[in-house]
Amino acid sequence: MSEPISERTDGAIEPRRISRIGAKAIIRGVFKYKPSRAGIVIILLLAFMAVFAPLLAPYDPNAQDLYKVLTGPSADHWLGTDNVGRDLFSRIIYGARVSLTVGFFSVFLSVFIGSVLGLLAGYRGGVADMIIMRIVDTFMCIPFLPFVLVLAAALGPGLKNIILALSILGWTGFCRIMRGQVLMVRELPYVEAARAAGASGFRIMLKHLFPNCLAPIIVAVTISLGGFIMLESTMSFFGLGVQPPTPSWGKELRTGYSYLETVPLFSIAPGILITLAVLAFNFLGDGLRDSLDPRLRGEGKKIE
Amino acid sequence: MSNNNDNILVEVKDLKMHFPISVGWMFKKTIGHVMAVDGISFKIARGETLGLVGESGCGKTTTGRTILQLERPTSGHIFFEGKEITGIEEKALRTLRRKMQMIFQDPFGSLNPRMTAGEIIGEPLLIHRLTQSKSEYEEKVKELMTTVGLSPAMMERYPHEFSGGQRQRIGVARALSVRPNLIVCDEPVSALDVSIQAQIINLLEELQEKFHLTYLFIAHDLAVVRHISNRIAVMYLGEIVEIATRGDLYKKPLHPYTKSLLSAIPVPDPVVEAQREHVLLEGEVPSPFNPPPGCKFHPRCPVARFPRCREEKPKLVEIEGGQHWVACHGR
Amino acid sequence: MAPLLEVKNLSTHFFTDDGLIRAVDRISYDIHEGETVGLVGESGCGKSVSALSLLRLIPNPPGKIVGGEILFEGRDLLKLTEDEMCEVRGNKMAMIFQEPMNSLNPVKTIGWQISEPLEIHLGMSREEGLKKCVQLLTDVKIPEPAARVNAYPHLFSGGMRQRTMIAMGLGCNPKLIIADEPTTALDVTTQAQLLELMKNLTRDYGTALIIITHNLGVVARYADRINVMYAGRIIEKGAAKDIFKNPQHPYTEGLMASVPRLDHDTKQKLVPIEGQPPDFLHIPKGCSFHPRCVYAFDRCRVETPELTPISEKHEAACWRNVK
Repeated sequence: MSEPISERTDGAIEPRRISRIGAKAIIRGVFKYKPSRAGIVIILLLAFMAVFAPLLAPYDPNAQDLYKVLTGPSADHWLGTDNVGRDLFSRIIYGARVSLTVGFFSVFLSVFIGSVLGLLAGYRGGVADMIIMRIVDTFMCIPFLPFVLVLAAALGPGLKNIILALSILGWTGFCRIMRGQVLMVRELPYVEAARAAGASGFRIMLKHLFPNCLAPIIVAVTISLGGFIMLESTMSFFGLGVQPPTPSWGKELRTGYSYLETVPLFSIAPGILITLAVLAFNFLGDGLRDSLDPRLRGEGKKIE
Repeated sequence: MSNNNDNILVEVKDLKMHFPISVGWMFKKTIGHVMAVDGISFKIARGETLGLVGESGCGKTTTGRTILQLERPTSGHIFFEGKEITGIEEKALRTLRRKMQMIFQDPFGSLNPRMTAGEIIGEPLLIHRLTQSKSEYEEKVKELMTTVGLSPAMMERYPHEFSGGQRQRIGVARALSVRPNLIVCDEPVSALDVSIQAQIINLLEELQEKFHLTYLFIAHDLAVVRHISNRIAVMYLGEIVEIATRGDLYKKPLHPYTKSLLSAIPVPDPVVEAQREHVLLEGEVPSPFNPPPGCKFHPRCPVARFPRCREEKPKLVEIEGGQHWVACHGR
Repeated sequence: MAPLLEVKNLSTHFFTDDGLIRAVDRISYDIHEGETVGLVGESGCGKSVSALSLLRLIPNPPGKIVGGEILFEGRDLLKLTEDEMCEVRGNKMAMIFQEPMNSLNPVKTIGWQISEPLEIHLGMSREEGLKKCVQLLTDVKIPEPAARVNAYPHLFSGGMRQRTMIAMGLGCNPKLIIADEPTTALDVTTQAQLLELMKNLTRDYGTALIIITHNLGVVARYADRINVMYAGRIIEKGAAKDIFKNPQHPYTEGLMASVPRLDHDTKQKLVPIEGQPPDFLHIPKGCSFHPRCVYAFDRCRVETPELTPISEKHEAACWRNVK
């Protein structure tokens, strides 16, 4: 016979959409949860601010005007000026660039290192697992903040070095998460099916394990973004961040510290922005976690 | 079915699969073994379907996986197309994988939820570099989908958008993509609805005819196994207790376990049922960790004779001139 | 003699985010004392929901029993208060669930769990309860019952746990036991033992039994009468012998033709039912089976057939039987 009997049975029928996993559902879920909606809006605003800084900032952030030092908010300078007469509003807008860049890149680097090592540890198991995990344990014993500060001091200031310093310690958390997920997912039948088809270990890790272990990593990323932005601010606060005259929220916070009594907005404005950014990312992370979890568990209770 | 050696696709000799049980976290100590497969031998001829049947803990799934070398056996020999494949190295194994494939039990778990149906089906083609161009690849995938009864328009859909039966078809298409000689079917219909099972069974039978496939069909449902198989091997606690043709197994079962297995399966016909004799066993299947001595079935056997059945393990012997083997002292 | 249980036009709906699910749609059947009735259907046909509805164990939200009557010993269970319903559950009507692994409390001993309904409903003391427990465990053929009373469920195998569930169910000598896929999670030989056990016990105790299953063989062997469910409705009912000999609904007919049988001769082709079971959110209009039915004609696509008598006690919901 030319055509298999079975074609009649399934060909014409629309496949049922039983549940929705995937990007659409996640986005829907995130929007359902009010705080994460706010989080997304804030993040988008901040990103907009960073990208279009030259268009948004009324003044050149590095332009000094020594006749207008430490003025409070006025029609000319919405947030006032700093100790060398630079417009605070503009500096804060440009500051977003540093904070968000450091945040994204250091998280990205951390996730990359952590995921690769976590995949190897989880999939290979045995000696590789033991070695990697002991390295993770060692790194985790080091107190985060002091080490980062020391490292930054040793490496010297500058954007690249901050990112490096943050990544050197930041990867451990992602490694653990990835490894945990891999341990679960590698037992699933489709991984074995890939092995049976002759897939190499590399292929399995890349195509089968990694995409299916991403969910908790994504949540961790959003929360880490907030954390790393905080850290950059701290480092800048200690003078280890970007070099003057480049503005960053932490730097402004630090500089403004001395003028809290006279020009409180100097410190408070960047402080508020840091808080906003961290909160926004945390909310987004919460929303993501909630929307990813029940979907991951499957289609929910079936009706029998 | 001739016993001509050229015709034998797979041969298994004295296969053993023992899993060590260990305690301790740093320095592991082995305190015993689970004898999942404890010395089995059989042959599968080209184009034949050998059914492998048994209850939980009997080792049938482990046997299937070991033949595919997804697990390396503890001891014993596996021959494929006349050549020994036990203990071959990774590289040669991957080439071998082209010739033997597996269809899995769980229609959802066996498909990567983040890959489309087309990607899942086509992956083996990519792994073994069987297509030269993208268009050739797509053609092949579409062809495969049509062969198993799926509309090629569904290539871009994800597994969760398909029903159980359709997902299983994706699994079949995937296994078929490399044109293997042997397909190990590990409980391929157990997780499906009754009315869908028949669709998949028919599909498997059709494909076997069309592509000259050889099947090792593993299941616990003897009625399903008997329908699709030419010969059936019954396993109990890691050993084969009987091998017979489908006709002989039902009409003339020799091993007491086979008899009770058959009688445990009700026939969907009250009139037939009223006339059947029920052979009920005592107790449950013991754990493969600590199997009974001698004949492993003796504690539950209605016709066990002591002391022989407790002390001596029966060998699988051929009865009645070929095609029917049984391991029982009662013969 | 009046039936022990009479279900009349029972409907249970689920109100979900994705839409209304009519899991059970106006089903009616009855069962007499000491009788064994089979409720047959594939997964997703609503048979388990109907069983949970009998005991009013439907989670609300999202589910709700929206209509009908459940007359048990003359009383409508749907009109009882929750307290009165508790009196019935475990006492007059008991249920054996599908997954023995999940249905036993892992932190309570077997003895405690079996004795619990005895203490609650029959007012026994702990001591008396445990004594009865030993007797029940002996009835269900669990070896060394006196020792097992103090054991925890995780030490039991699947088959033994299910026997424990049966013992729990029988404890108060209920009039009706509902067994929901009682053997699906078990080995074939264990299944046979358990079903045989249930048959003997219900015969000895005079209990009526509803067996919910997708296995046609099981109902052929054990049920006196059968109800076949599809997409939330009963589409055929009658004596087991009649239905197997002369199935009137195309679904029943299709099921029987598609199931491999041990007594079939060589390579008899299975005739599958085309298509797949419907999604409750998109049940076809008219007869819910029509897209898969080989006999479907115009009326089937538009009007939903009701159960019509074929012969005495044999009914089917199909337009072929109606002129």
